[in-house]
Amino acid sequence: MTASLLLTQLLNGFQLGVLLFLLSAGLTLVLGIMHVINLAHGTLFMMGAYFAATVFGWTDSFALAALAAVGGSLLLGLVIERVVIVHLYERDHLYQVLATFGVILIFNEIARYGWGTSPVFMAVPEMLSGTVDLFGLAYPAYRIAIIGVGLAVGAALYVVVHKTRVGMLIRAGATDAGMVSALGVNIRGLNAMVFAAGAALAGLAGLMAGPILSVQPGMGEPILILTLVVLITGGVGSIRGAVYGALIVGIVDTVGRAFLPNLMREVMERSTAQAAGPAIASMLIYLLMAAVLAVRPAGLFPVKHG
Amino acid sequence: MIAKHLLKTAVAALVMAMAAATPAVAQAPIKIGYLATFSGPIGSLGQDSYDGFLLALEQRGGKLGGVPIQVLKEDDQFKPDLDLQLTQKLIEKENVSIITGLTGSNVMMAVARPIAEKQVFLIGSNAGPSALAGAQCSPYQFVVSWQNDGHAEASGKFANDRGYKRMVLIAPNYQAGKDALQGFKRFYKGEVLDEISPGVTQPDFSAEIAQIAAAKPDAVYAFFPGSLAVNFMRQYQQAGLGKTIPLQTSAMLDATTLPALKDAALGLFGTHWWSPDLDNATNKAFVEAFDKKYNRLPSIFAAQGFEAALLLDAALTRTKGNVADKPAFAAALKAGNPKSLRGTLKFGNNNFAINDYYAFTVVKDAKERHTLKTVATPLKAHQDAYHAQCALK
Amino acid sequence: MVDTTLTPAASAAHAAAAGAARWRPAPHLCVAGLLLAGLALVPLFSLWLGQSFYVTLVSRIMILALAAVGLNLVMGYGALVSFGHALYIGVGAYVVGILSFHGIANGWVHLAVALVGGGALAALVGLVCLRAQGVAFIMITLAFAQMFYFLAVSLKAYGGDDGFAIAARSDFGVVDLNNSVTLYYVIFAALAGTLFCLHRLVHARFGMVLQGCRSNERRMRALGFPTGQVKLTAYVISALVCVLAGMLLANLTRFVSPSYMHWLLSGDLVVIVVLGGLGTLLGPVVGAVLWLVMEEALSSFHLTGGPLDELVRTHWLGVAGFVALVVALALKHGVYGALVARFEGRSS
Repeated sequence: MTASLLLTQLLNGFQLGVLLFLLSAGLTLVLGIMHVINLAHGTLFMMGAYFAATVFGWTDSFALAALAAVGGSLLLGLVIERVVIVHLYERDHLYQVLATFGVILIFNEIARYGWGTSPVFMAVPEMLSGTVDLFGLAYPAYRIAIIGVGLAVGAALYVVVHKTRVGMLIRAGATDAGMVSALGVNIRGLNAMVFAAGAALAGLAGLMAGPILSVQPGMGEPILILTLVVLITGGVGSIRGAVYGALIVGIVDTVGRAFLPNLMREVMERSTAQAAGPAIASMLIYLLMAAVLAVRPAGLFPVKHG
Repeated sequence: MIAKHLLKTAVAALVMAMAAATPAVAQAPIKIGYLATFSGPIGSLGQDSYDGFLLALEQRGGKLGGVPIQVLKEDDQFKPDLDLQLTQKLIEKENVSIITGLTGSNVMMAVARPIAEKQVFLIGSNAGPSALAGAQCSPYQFVVSWQNDGHAEASGKFANDRGYKRMVLIAPNYQAGKDALQGFKRFYKGEVLDEISPGVTQPDFSAEIAQIAAAKPDAVYAFFPGSLAVNFMRQYQQAGLGKTIPLQTSAMLDATTLPALKDAALGLFGTHWWSPDLDNATNKAFVEAFDKKYNRLPSIFAAQGFEAALLLDAALTRTKGNVADKPAFAAALKAGNPKSLRGTLKFGNNNFAINDYYAFTVVKDAKERHTLKTVATPLKAHQDAYHAQCALK
Repeated sequence: MVDTTLTPAASAAHAAAAGAARWRPAPHLCVAGLLLAGLALVPLFSLWLGQSFYVTLVSRIMILALAAVGLNLVMGYGALVSFGHALYIGVGAYVVGILSFHGIANGWVHLAVALVGGGALAALVGLVCLRAQGVAFIMITLAFAQMFYFLAVSLKAYGGDDGFAIAARSDFGVVDLNNSVTLYYVIFAALAGTLFCLHRLVHARFGMVLQGCRSNERRMRALGFPTGQVKLTAYVISALVCVLAGMLLANLTRFVSPSYMHWLLSGDLVVIVVLGGLGTLLGPVVGAVLWLVMEEALSSFHLTGGPLDELVRTHWLGVAGFVALVVALALKHGVYGALVARFEGRSS
């Protein structure tokens, strides 16, 4: 294990964290302000990837694909909000789970019907298809671009949430939604906007993941689980929680996977380590979440409610 | 009121299910149950094999061995307990005499014994778990595809032949992945620098690829199923390793993954028992017919579905359409098929096909589609490593 | 003063008439009776048709119903949404599988080890999970289920994710489980017995305290009830029911695999409970019957004879998703809850 390998793995973890942040930012706001568990968030991620891959297939232009992904997911988010979510605001979490689970199934079948079961192709944009020499190892330029985009979005989100009036309303809503509504703010419009923004971010994540992961029905579910882990670890409703939670989960998962099996081989007999190492590495983020919850049940950076 | 309507729908569903229960009138055609995975991550594999099977049937006017065939398609959704239920349904409700398909090893393990116990013939056209090749073999069970370790063993031999002295191996942490690593090491005589086993649902391999790069091996051997194969190969190329460290794979390059990879697959090596460019008349005709009907090149799964149908055609011709005489039909199946996609299909004592394994690389064909070109035959007439544990002769 | 009293005979007649007009069997007992009678008669129906397929199908439905009934204890009565109860089904199945693998076929040993081991595991997991509230609880139960799933997948000795087959069913001495009809009635007895026990539990003081915790935990604690203990006990009991279901599942399929612990199965259980009706004992049973019958009916859809059939059969999961969505939006108390409400004359 060399220093340059460690740094590369940290960078990989950071990149995964950035992708997770894009997904958890929207979901944490929806859960924190509107108290709605939206399991279909992974579906928005999947549809974003499909829109991007399809438009890319027609036009060979990454820019148009990006527009399709973000715009398409935004519209889809608005539709889902108006048709499904709006009926779930006052309901118990269980019915929200059941309804959004139904949405997942419906869209997985739509994806299968429209695009088939096999993975769909999407290429990395031409100018980003090379590698960059970092710490003595070649690192894909595209992944650096992902980190760049993620940081830019993060910065933009910070500005919106902390420096604009809308952002103030969002923060107020996260602290006490009832009061905000009582003060005369159009809470329904705000809700729709937050949901749509979350959907757009998920679509953006789908666009960026498209060239790396395979675009196929059901690709949203594994990501959804990771996102929920980030949410719980970071703290529900808090964007800071989403940022730090995503980075922590991303880095722990990546570095753990990379070094734990080798570390175990140092400590215990080879065949046991060979068997146990990968298993524990898969479980690592869940162990982390359990540990965080045991010590701080509200997450690492919870929203302070008034 | 919606609730009322829903209740009515529920009752209707119940009635429908009961109505579907009325036993079918006995008919002359032979019923074959096609039990495969049509949904979920490996759904495309099941669908392809079914397409191949149906093509063979269509070419023969809906008959195999001169007897009309009725195919009953069931989706096991990759769930073993559902598979058992569907098997029961096919055997007891529909009275099938033959079941084929069986995409995943885990679902095959769940149903192999119940099917053999009922003396129904099982023609496996994809999965080939080692337990069924060894102690749990059965005279009613025939596998026309391959035994799970086979492609990895061929890759190990190929790596040896190419002179790679130090390699890193990577396969996911699940049964088929572990079988692949074991099979590879059985034939590879060089030094294994590292064995990496990512989680079976993990889609992003940036960490593992960085590890591989840091180890600086002569070459890498990888095995991943389905879409994970696409992910790994794509990410490998994106990291620039494709140009510096040769990537050898097994069972990862075929018509289900190449369209998603396009140029990223050029120059990679793979091994398996079948490739679209196998040089015999049956195979050439098959590839052409499949291309014409479905407008895409067949994958190995489609080829295996077709191969199962060809075997049944040969066996039914031998017994003149009689499946009731089970020992006779079993013997007819065991005799193999001289006109198969492999050239000649022969079975080992455990009723698993004896395969030649080929190594190939990815090129573009005349229509600018990505396909495979055979470059070597690392293993000839290779029998699996478990046949000695089978009690059959 | 006007004499308004009735003569004794008249008043007695009046009372009898009023009583007779009001007497109806309680609606949920009616449905319960019908359901259980129906389930008891399935093997006979199957025998009449000459196919044992239905015995297996309904056995599977009853096992899932049993697991859902267990989950309902914490989810419906306790308002603790667990997305990880499939873990305990897996534990029950693996105990039977591993013991059989090593030559121990005695059913009573299986039962004892499963209940004690499963109970201990549930107590430990429950202790950690119950520290979290609301959504965090849901997630942490999911996390534990995932951890054990990955653990099972990595057990190469027991087939890993391929799973392994069990040679013979548990040997209980008094009954021969290898006969599928006998197994069916054993499962039926387990389901009926569990329903009865839980009925007593829910209407006893324990059940009242549990439901009190669901309404307002702070107040219960202020009143001096040990809410933490009550919730943990409920969690362990519900886990044990799932362990029992897992044992029966392993016996039914004679196969064990990590897929019995997969989070999608936990999700299925949640869907079944909500579909049927939270907080009613029979709701989960109704939910299981509906969901699985719908699954079976949709995947063999033959109604119109046209291309729509093939579409429904191939994409039946989408139709099922649509049904789940509609039920969540339209039926406040699940299908069974709506049924009961309708009988009792309330609007749902």
